[in-house]
Amino acid sequence: MTPLRLSIAGVVASVLLILVVLELIRGRRLKERYALLWLATGVVLLMLSAWRDGLNTIAGWLGVTSYPPAVLFAVATLFIILVLLHYSTVISKLTDENVDLAQRIALLEERVSRPQEPAD
Amino acid sequence: MSRGRVVAVVPAWNESGAIGRVVDEIKGFDPAIDVVVIDDASTDDTAAVAESRGATVLRLPFNVGIGGAVQTGFRYALEQGYELAVRLDGDGQHDASEIAKIIGPVEAGDADLVIGSRFVDPDATYRPPFARRIGIRVFARLVSVLGGQHVTDTTSGFVALDRAGIELFASQYPHDYPEVEATLIALRSGLRVSQVQVEMRERETGSSSITFVRSLYYIVKVMLALLVASLRRYPQLEGARR
Repeated sequence: MTPLRLSIAGVVASVLLILVVLELIRGRRLKERYALLWLATGVVLLMLSAWRDGLNTIAGWLGVTSYPPAVLFAVATLFIILVLLHYSTVISKLTDENVDLAQRIALLEERVSRPQEPAD
Repeated sequence: MSRGRVVAVVPAWNESGAIGRVVDEIKGFDPAIDVVVIDDASTDDTAAVAESRGATVLRLPFNVGIGGAVQTGFRYALEQGYELAVRLDGDGQHDASEIAKIIGPVEAGDADLVIGSRFVDPDATYRPPFARRIGIRVFARLVSVLGGQHVTDTTSGFVALDRAGIELFASQYPHDYPEVEATLIALRSGLRVSQVQVEMRERETGSSSITFVRSLYYIVKVMLALLVASLRRYPQLEGARR
């Protein structure tokens, strides 16, 4: 069985995470689309921390008999990997868009600086 | 201002020592060729030198890498309606007098993309260092297998393109170490690719961008890109089959 103190710490940490994310959204420092995965992380960790029997059951399914909280860490790690992967795709997209913009600027600047062509 | 039919696309990053002669040589080979130099955010006066020799200069606001720079030139060629584009490096390693050889098959309508290859003729003089030679050969073999056509030199930056080729590369071109993957993209998109033997000169100023760590990245990146490119589907270019 998961130690009670660990469950309490887990609940506090996940509630804190959810509150911080909500506050960041409220202050417009985090866009909703990038907050969703973090909120999902917080909610899942909160559920697994609070629902102590559930954590035990899931640990049993996975064959983790000696130390059920390990499942909590595994799930947290999984979500962090998901968030990072998501960020990598976001960065890739931003990089492409950045290059596209740089190219457009180069093309436009050349056009603007060109001497006016006489109309014929 | 009248525009010609042929544009020379010349990417340059901190090449103020070589770019002037590159532009002069292209103009000297054929004054009707418009030269466009893409200045990839150089910190020296590459752009000013190129401009003073009569080239059109596209100035990138920050460094985007060789592929992104070259693509800017292809976008320019597409936008300005050029029928033919030749790509040469800004460091002077490509001999402008050989432009005739690589645009020949494009002008004759026999190819959409012509690669100036150092290895078509087995007796050619260019002998790169051993490791590089192996690398070049492995990439060429891979692209040949994945692309379904025998190519000998996929790392060459000396190429000529017709309108279909310009359109393809203006819309998709890898951003770093682009040549190998670009060749495969061209083959898989149904462009007619051919190759002619060219000589390349040793660089005179500056240094090659390939160092040891970078060459490891280069190999892994290109391998991954080739693998992924061969899993992707490319729309077949109807325009290429005239």
